[in-house]
Amino acid sequence: MSIEYFLNSLYLIKPEIAVTIFLVLIVLLDLFFSKKNHLLPFFAFLGLLITGYFVIEQFDIKGLAFVTNDSRAMVTVDSFAAFFKTIVVITSLYFVLLTVNSKEMDETHDRRGEYYTLMMGMVLGMFFMISGSDLILLYLSVELVSLSSYVMAGFAKTSERSSEASLKYLIYGALSSGLMLFGISLVYGLTASTNLYELNALIVVSQANSFVLMFALLLIFAGIGYKISAVPFHFWTPDVYEGAPTPVTAYLSVASKAAGFALLIRFIKVSFVFDKDTLGFWSSNPVFNWQDFLIVISVATMTLGNFAALWQKNVKRMLAYSSIAHAGYLLTGLAVLSDTGLIAILVYFAIYLMMNIGAFLIVILIKNKTGSEELDNYDGLGFSMPFLGVSFTIFLISLTGLPPTAGFIGKLYLFMALVDAKMIVLAVIALLNSVVSLYYYIRILKHMFLAKPKENSPKEELSLQQILIVLSLVIPVIFFGLYFSPIVELAKNSILMLGF
Amino acid sequence: MQQVPLLSLITFLPIIGMIIILFLPKNNDKVIKALTLAVTGIQVILGIVIWRFYDYSLGGIYNQATFQFVEKFRWIEIPSVSWLGTIKIDYFLGIDGISAPLILLTAIITFVATLASWNIKTSLKGYFALFLLLDTGMMGVFVSLDFFLFYIFWEVMLLPMYFLIGIWGGPRKEYAAIKFFIYTLLGSVFILLAMIGLYLSATETLADGSKVFTFNMLALMNSENYTHDGILSPLNPNNFRLLAFLALFVGFAIKIPMFPFHTWLPDAHVEAPTAISVILAGVLLKMGTYGILRINYPMFPEITHQLAWWIAMFGMINIIYGALCALAQKDFKKLIAYSSVSHMGFVMLGMASLNTAGISGAVFQMFNHGTITAMLFIIVGIIYDRAHTRGINDFGGLANQMPIYTGFVTIAFFAAIGLPGLSGFISETFVFLGAFHVESIRLITVISTLGILLGAGYMLWTLQRIFLGELNPKWNTLNDLTFREYAMLVPLTIIIIVLGIYPSLMLDLMNSSVNTMVEFLLKSPVSFSGL
Repeated sequence: MSIEYFLNSLYLIKPEIAVTIFLVLIVLLDLFFSKKNHLLPFFAFLGLLITGYFVIEQFDIKGLAFVTNDSRAMVTVDSFAAFFKTIVVITSLYFVLLTVNSKEMDETHDRRGEYYTLMMGMVLGMFFMISGSDLILLYLSVELVSLSSYVMAGFAKTSERSSEASLKYLIYGALSSGLMLFGISLVYGLTASTNLYELNALIVVSQANSFVLMFALLLIFAGIGYKISAVPFHFWTPDVYEGAPTPVTAYLSVASKAAGFALLIRFIKVSFVFDKDTLGFWSSNPVFNWQDFLIVISVATMTLGNFAALWQKNVKRMLAYSSIAHAGYLLTGLAVLSDTGLIAILVYFAIYLMMNIGAFLIVILIKNKTGSEELDNYDGLGFSMPFLGVSFTIFLISLTGLPPTAGFIGKLYLFMALVDAKMIVLAVIALLNSVVSLYYYIRILKHMFLAKPKENSPKEELSLQQILIVLSLVIPVIFFGLYFSPIVELAKNSILMLGF
Repeated sequence: MQQVPLLSLITFLPIIGMIIILFLPKNNDKVIKALTLAVTGIQVILGIVIWRFYDYSLGGIYNQATFQFVEKFRWIEIPSVSWLGTIKIDYFLGIDGISAPLILLTAIITFVATLASWNIKTSLKGYFALFLLLDTGMMGVFVSLDFFLFYIFWEVMLLPMYFLIGIWGGPRKEYAAIKFFIYTLLGSVFILLAMIGLYLSATETLADGSKVFTFNMLALMNSENYTHDGILSPLNPNNFRLLAFLALFVGFAIKIPMFPFHTWLPDAHVEAPTAISVILAGVLLKMGTYGILRINYPMFPEITHQLAWWIAMFGMINIIYGALCALAQKDFKKLIAYSSVSHMGFVMLGMASLNTAGISGAVFQMFNHGTITAMLFIIVGIIYDRAHTRGINDFGGLANQMPIYTGFVTIAFFAAIGLPGLSGFISETFVFLGAFHVESIRLITVISTLGILLGAGYMLWTLQRIFLGELNPKWNTLNDLTFREYAMLVPLTIIIIVLGIYPSLMLDLMNSSVNTMVEFLLKSPVSFSGL
């Protein structure tokens, strides 16, 4: 690889460069102006906005960065990547806002520098997870994200649960990324390549032992499945989500899941799909039956997520299981192996971002007042905190997938993709799952509105800023439920992916 | 009247009211009540205007040109997603003789229910906001002609209903509310699935000649619009049309509620506040049968013919089972709830006959059951407000204590039994006339007539136990009706009597649509089953 190739590629990774610059700047600012570190959130916010600008620029670009020969590119830049990067950036922006508004994080204020450095590190890692097209780069970026998130999960040092969460996360994470690395090495052994584009042809040509290959792919999936918390790699999720500071939980449940999904989709589409028909259905390599595999995983994931959530008494833990269930719904979209399914995933993710961040935001704001996330302490809060109660209702209804909220549109597109592919049984299972999910989402509302308020339940005192943040999520959830053209248009334009 | 979007107005007026209520300061109870009453009052007036300008000669059902007060414009348009065709969804409203009576019914019942809500004490603001949201959902279901729009309105009703039962209900309100919610959501996911299947199976030709998938209900009723390989297309030999019919049918049957999906109804009724019971029995149950008439029948005519016998059968089970359950009740409200199950069975029986008399009877019975049962629930509410008990055996001899009240009760009870001269008689007669005419369900019809006998049994027995005999001295402080209660009962009584004497008032409204429907059901199965 000559230096020119390197320099010519730089313009393709402007967002990554921006993130890196701000990461370094945050470290430096924290070091030299540690007394003024309350300005760091603003600075991080600004950095993310600038990064976001560069990401949006990439919606029209298609290119391969760091190409060594015809197709060996390390990084792919396309609108698919831009879409998921946008999701990551928006989630990160909300992450900053959530952190600033969370009382839980007050004790960590002297360590703000580290916090936002870690966040920027995660963003960088997620960007490369989304657009990387080489297994080694992908592995490194998964590790970068994981290492940052282990620390973040345990950031509230004084909280025992937070430390416990961090440790659990670390142990499970180390195991699954070890498995992933092993899988990658097997793939390399079989095909002599780690490049996603090359693998597509090589897997067929090499006539690799199909059992070993299958084993290797399962191992790689273990690494990705851990990131998107798919069953059976989900064990860490409830504990970590419950123990970690809530902003971190919200962040993990959307951003790192988005990056994991982008990685999985690109891995499958670039390395295994060789053609698509006029209706947008993909023809994938027969070496590994991704469709059946994903159907099994998705059914297990959503069913376990939903049923386990039924018994939870802690709202955060319940939302953790709910996010597992949502990963299951999303996987059904991938199992279709078609452009329609892909659109559905993108639409769903954009909507999932709003409603899930929204739900966690309300949990944070309620905890600021009551100091608890236990369901029993939500009794009657709908009356003492009407604004938060109504907003929470809207988010939960959207998570259930009922009109007129955006969550319905997400589900509608997923089910349309399933029915379009004549996967009726899977569609029925997913639909029944959403009926089950109603039961636990509505339980939160039951406690908030149907139970008698506790005596001296705290009043709702929100700053204007907090009200605006909530509204910035509530309004789109309703608006896109009634007029969803913009989201679908965006998703439609974003599924153009390099490489076939 | 073409310029005024009457249907949008009648549908979204409550939403406007709701928004105003949400912005009112907290302790404005009187203003909130007055506003809601004004909104529902205007709805009644709009309903009368619609009725006044309604052209009785137009049939509707499958032909857009013969629908009235049509409003149609593009709502969502996403061009050229090649593999899904252009996605376009219309905001498409219109009414025909099937929906017009139900719009009138909805307007009247919500107005009466507003009056019945007068003694709600806690969190008035929330109550009336949700009440108006529910109102919009109900109106919307009856006016929309686009399946997507229909489904949104259908689902919008669930949440307000959950809260209205759950917050302002009786002792077991939480259980009743969640049961209602889960049951109806289960039903609506089946509807959703069938809706997506229909969408992906039929296309509509646009002005520029291109074909796009469609949610337009009228387009879905035309067999020529179906694609060759759509999963619900009659042209596809391996289609799932029977399954889709059943999915839709179950979805709607839960709402009716049809045996064996009826168990949510008694719970919901017993726990719900009076006004909500009135709405539930008066309007919500009709949505099930309306959905079957509007969607199952014309979109699946060939399967409708195949399964008509089963619809009649389940109608009969509803009639007999509901009546027997009603006989066994000791709770006045539960008794009325089960009588609803029984009376909705008549609607199903009438629908299953597939002829003019039967379907007219079914639609008319929907309207009559709405008014009569609403009245019965108000009657239960009145006595419960005074005595704080609903046990039938706790009373006795109330006729002397509350003579005027007893008079209204007698009218309502006789209307429910189907006494000639009152509206219930006409519709039940039509149902039996129609059903008896069909050879295959004649036996079912004969058995169903037992329902009338049983109905007379439980109604008269209840009348006897509550109003006749010795007055329990405990109740000699009960007062007769107040002005507000007159305001609720008198209009309903007038409707019941007038329609009993002069049923053409309502029958003319639905006549040409019912004829169109019957004709359509006669000729279209050929094109739907032909490959």
